Amino acid sequence: MHGIGVFVCHCGSNIAATVDVEKVVEMAKLEPGVVHAEEYQYMCSEAGQEKIATAIREKNLKGIVVCSCSPRMHEATFRKCAEKAGINPYMVEIANIREQCSWIHKDVEEGTEKAVILTRAAIAKVNLNTSLVPGESLVTKRALVIGGGIAGIQTALDIADAGYEVDIVEKTPSIGGKMSQLDKTFPTLDCSACILTPKMVDAAAHEKITLYTYSEVEKVSGFVGDFTVEIRKKARYVNMDKCTGCGVCMEKCPSKKAPSEFNAGLNNRTAIYTPFAQAIPNVPVIDPNQCTKLKTGKCGVCEKFCQAGAIDYTQQDEIVTQKYGAIVVATGFDVIKLDNYDEYAYSQSKDVITSLELERIMNAAGPTKGHLERMSDGKHPKNIVFIQCVGSRCNDSKGKPYCSKICCMYTAKHAMLIRDKYPDVNVTVFYIDVRTPGKNFDEFYRRAVEEYGVNYVKGQVGKVTPEPDGSLTVHGVDLLENKQLKVSADMVVLAAAIEPNPAVRKIATMLTASIDTNNFLTEAHPKLRPVESPTAGVFLSGVCQGPKDIPETVSQAGAAAIKVVGLLAKDKLLTNPCTAKPDELRCNGCSVCANVCPYGAISYEDKLINDHGVRETRRVAAVNSALCQGCGACTVACPSGVMDLQGFSNRQIIAEVDAICR
Amino acid sequence: MSINNEEFRPQIVAFCCNWCSYAGADLAGSSRLAYPADVKIIRVPCSCRVNPMFILRAFEKGADGVIICGCHPGDCHYSTGNYYARRRMTLLFSMLDYVGIERGRTRVEWVSAAEGVKFSQTMNEFVETIRGLGKNVRLGDLRCKK
Repeated sequence: MHGIGVFVCHCGSNIAATVDVEKVVEMAKLEPGVVHAEEYQYMCSEAGQEKIATAIREKNLKGIVVCSCSPRMHEATFRKCAEKAGINPYMVEIANIREQCSWIHKDVEEGTEKAVILTRAAIAKVNLNTSLVPGESLVTKRALVIGGGIAGIQTALDIADAGYEVDIVEKTPSIGGKMSQLDKTFPTLDCSACILTPKMVDAAAHEKITLYTYSEVEKVSGFVGDFTVEIRKKARYVNMDKCTGCGVCMEKCPSKKAPSEFNAGLNNRTAIYTPFAQAIPNVPVIDPNQCTKLKTGKCGVCEKFCQAGAIDYTQQDEIVTQKYGAIVVATGFDVIKLDNYDEYAYSQSKDVITSLELERIMNAAGPTKGHLERMSDGKHPKNIVFIQCVGSRCNDSKGKPYCSKICCMYTAKHAMLIRDKYPDVNVTVFYIDVRTPGKNFDEFYRRAVEEYGVNYVKGQVGKVTPEPDGSLTVHGVDLLENKQLKVSADMVVLAAAIEPNPAVRKIATMLTASIDTNNFLTEAHPKLRPVESPTAGVFLSGVCQGPKDIPETVSQAGAAAIKVVGLLAKDKLLTNPCTAKPDELRCNGCSVCANVCPYGAISYEDKLINDHGVRETRRVAAVNSALCQGCGACTVACPSGVMDLQGFSNRQIIAEVDAICR
Repeated sequence: MSINNEEFRPQIVAFCCNWCSYAGADLAGSSRLAYPADVKIIRVPCSCRVNPMFILRAFEKGADGVIICGCHPGDCHYSTGNYYARRRMTLLFSMLDYVGIERGRTRVEWVSAAEGVKFSQTMNEFVETIRGLGKNVRLGDLRCKK
């Protein structure tokens, strides 16, 4: 192709510091087909784009190469610029000389040499580019939110308020999530239930929101604007239409041995249960692992007492298939298992508890009706020790390398609430660092220390040993005093790290959303696209993306919602034109490509082929470009080398290989 | 790193999938995690787009090592692409080994978009291995030489 323009960006000094841009321009000019090459400080700026547009018009360029940052950053920008200047946007190639060159090499000679080679490869590729035209796909105006905690509820409410249908899929019998288990929230000490339950009611009552509680996402297929999702509605054994939520079944149920999930296992619940009194929907479920009737066929007490006749032991799981335009992941978090932390005697002593368990103990609806009591003997504790960073900021394989972010604040809250209600209780907090960035957060922590006299000790705890008299001895160290400490405590509270909900891995795989080494979902860009997954049409809300507190979760939920609304507001989306394309003349219709296609985009049709003057009907592959996502699996599988991928064709990639190895 | 002209500078082609490994390479860049400039990256939509032909071509044209990076198994943007890549490359590498291209010159590595550190480490290791193996003379097409 004749008429290639090369534009080399300095990116201020980001590129220019380690790459001699003038040399790159000079070398580019020597490449075949290049008729124009120039450099500029910031190619992505308006002035830079104007330079590109002017060159395209004046030099009548057919294709351009921009040597700049990663194509993941500005490919779209330069494509738009090229389109405005009158050439096909797919006649643009980017040579990534910033992330993959100037930023990692310190030597100018080395950096320049590599930049020249990368430019050469991009020129070789653009030489073989063809004009591509994106197709269009329709947008299903319905969103799915996976997870019914505060993140999911807020996202759903915001989307629904904008006028779109939203479905919430929640694994447990009620929406509400972790926030419903909390007693108070920092830094205002609002009652958690008082601010959450109205939102739960709003979500349930909203005409645009459908709740699928006690349900799980089973299968996801499709792509942005047109996902098809199978939802498994687990059998509740209670007819939702008939149940009045009177609660008699729960009172009468003789099986009372299951640990209550809602109360963090501190007390038991019945086999037929709602997680908590304000559950939405207020319809109980029968736990099939606990129910005597379901296990042995004998009992049936709940059925006998249910006046509404809602109990149905024969109920089966139900699969609902629904189409969505966008999917929001709001799967939240769990507290880590403390099996590996025997030094804190968590499994040995009932009085060593996690902060979430303390939250339930402090709550009026909790196992102790809100009275601060030891779980072992019901006595009122006099000395409480809090241990921070249990499993957070760990470099070993036992814990998590990240900071869980919320623990410093909730511990200050717990300490403050305990001192406020029971001034006779001594509270000691062992910490590594106190991290309280956030509006009114540091003030809150200082109040705990200054007004409420909480004893903060900088240092870690090595061991907690249960004593014969029922007390606990905390062996710690005071780093500031440089001495070892032994503190006697009646109760020890561990600020256990939080981790993404274990189910998120499976969900991420179904959505092909990428996940990091800690199982947090990855954003499309850590700064500029924090609520989008790299997979188009999948959005992130809440702790599934990284540790955060309630205010941050709610803001992110709103941000995810507006991104969803922005997507659903469109009637049509442009599809990726880089799809597979068979050479019908050489295709022998063997079906190998169709077998490897993950999208079922390849079919076969009998077509009249004109093979060098011989006209005959042959069975050949046909690609449905609306379904094809352009992975290229078929191109390699094809034994005749007939299938090619537009935008990443065999010849283009070979040209790049040749240019690099020249 | 200073350049020693005496030192053998291998020619290395890295095929990186657009969704995970190319992003991982970008992250290595923005985190300034250095690896030798000998590595040149070619962006492909998915590791399953890497045709064995590309690898043969690279060796033929004088590459000393070829590495294919994709999403971790189970995390492929296209669900199953990296499984195809894994199978194909297993076969191809054993064939290349048979014709004299040492195993060390070819590698498949899973690098996610969040693993800038892993990307940089992998490239450093790979370059080190190739430097140890020396120049690839087995598959080089003499007609390509000037």
